[in-house]
Amino acid sequence: MATKASRSAARLMMAPAVVLLLGWMLIPLILTLTFSFKKFLPLRGDQIESGWDWFTFFPSLDWVGFENYGRFIGSSSFWPAVQTTLVIVLGVLFITVVLGILLALLLDQPMWGQGVVRILVIAPFFVMPTVSALVWKNMFMDPVNGLFAHLWRFFGAEPIAWLSEASLPSIIMIVSWQWLPFATLILLTAIQSLDGEQLEAAEMDGAPPLKRFWFIILPHLSRAVTIVILIQTIFLLSVFAEIFVTTGGAFGTRTLTYLIFQRVLESQNVGLGSAGGVYAIILANIVAIFLMRIVGKNLDT
Amino acid sequence: MARAVTNRRKTLNTGLAWAIGFIIFFPILWTILTSFKTEAQAISNPPVFLFFDWTLENYAIVQERSNYVRFLWNSVIIAGGSTILGIIIAVPAAWSMAFVPSKRTKDILLWMLSTKMLPAVGVLYPIYLICVELGVLDSRIALVVVMMLINLPIIVWMLYTYFREIPGEILEAARMDGAGLKEEVLYVLTPMAIPGIASTVLLNFILAWNEAFWTLNLTAVNAAPLTAFIASYSSPEGLFFAKLSAASTMAIAPILIMGWFSQKQLVRGLTFGAVK
Repeated sequence: MATKASRSAARLMMAPAVVLLLGWMLIPLILTLTFSFKKFLPLRGDQIESGWDWFTFFPSLDWVGFENYGRFIGSSSFWPAVQTTLVIVLGVLFITVVLGILLALLLDQPMWGQGVVRILVIAPFFVMPTVSALVWKNMFMDPVNGLFAHLWRFFGAEPIAWLSEASLPSIIMIVSWQWLPFATLILLTAIQSLDGEQLEAAEMDGAPPLKRFWFIILPHLSRAVTIVILIQTIFLLSVFAEIFVTTGGAFGTRTLTYLIFQRVLESQNVGLGSAGGVYAIILANIVAIFLMRIVGKNLDT
Repeated sequence: MARAVTNRRKTLNTGLAWAIGFIIFFPILWTILTSFKTEAQAISNPPVFLFFDWTLENYAIVQERSNYVRFLWNSVIIAGGSTILGIIIAVPAAWSMAFVPSKRTKDILLWMLSTKMLPAVGVLYPIYLICVELGVLDSRIALVVVMMLINLPIIVWMLYTYFREIPGEILEAARMDGAGLKEEVLYVLTPMAIPGIASTVLLNFILAWNEAFWTLNLTAVNAAPLTAFIASYSSPEGLFFAKLSAASTMAIAPILIMGWFSQKQLVRGLTFGAVK
């Protein structure tokens, strides 16, 4: 039984984590919001003072209202960036979920050396993004020395300069390779929790494999699929390193995340970039709300 | 009764699964193989798979030219430091939420999770600026703290789901036997919690090791970990496939091995207990 004393002790034990996360969330958020309403170009002489400036929301910077928000959306690179982001997120989701379901079904079957196959399939998830992007870029997609180029030439075809001619499919392929293990692993876990008797009964009744999949396995997987989609979407919206080391945002691979990064750190237009950041936060939150609902429901049981 | 499976079907499954597993694993295998080739062999056409003159010189060159060990050390400090710090802060929090739940526990957990959803790029400049102001840009301490804060929600969540599985009756039994709070924590709960804490440490070490947004944007030279070291190969000079492979192999090998041990925890940790 929880006593009053244990309750206050519990609150005390929770305090460091709560306070730290509150600070981690609020301080940068407030700063980003403030900067998004200001003209802030550090390279052109806009400076902020340490100390008092921080506590008074930077009076030394000019207030420009919603100008940054308008300019970010109005810029010619905004809609292409949104489109690129959507293509990458949806492309990777489609590939990883479809292949993930098929792979999970296969791995659930009886076979020899299941453990080893699992290990092989999961491995890409543990490769750091900069390594996987550079390995794919050079050793597979290089138009002269890459393995794909060798393969293409072997079949008498002209090698493709993957990352410039087919930049988006290439990025989607690299990112899918990294995330397929995650989808597979979670879907496999879900399939294994499926009640075997129900499947057997259906089999006895003469339901063909496709029907069993469609009417029993897929509905059972729906929750896991939703979770895979939501969690991956949150990570995929902020794909960064894979673009940073392959194309640097060129050849139509500039996502919203990358565009904001360029505005903020490369061209040091902090006001404009911060407005973009606020858009990104709103977008991520729309996805997050759905995820939280599912996770929250699960907490009750 | 288990479904009867013919040997033929099992063989078919095995063949197909191994083939697909091989294809998915191939880029990693190819990187490891290439790291033992000379630069000329690394780009030879047709490609050589196993029959080449195995050499270790790429590993020596990578270390010599770029002081690989320093980057490795930075990665160890950042991933290890942030994980330890995170555990120290998260254990009491998860503990109290699991054993003394209140009406608000669920809200606090969900709110913590929501901080994880904040896109990093949205708060990039403020964090960058704070680091500049405090004079900790490109320092390991900044990365340790940032990485700890990023992973804290996952650490709390994972620990919470593990702690919640410890049955309350055991606590009551211990109390009946006259155990005080100290004995309770030390002799009853801690031994039961160790496996959960160990898995949490493992997964978070992996996540911190591979994190490549903050490590790329907040480091330059001094605190750069392996993610940044590998990224420096994106503008190469001359032949470099074999050296890139050697550097990559060294960067991923320890994590790959740790990762294989943490398969099960991965599902729990990354779905916040929603799939078990």
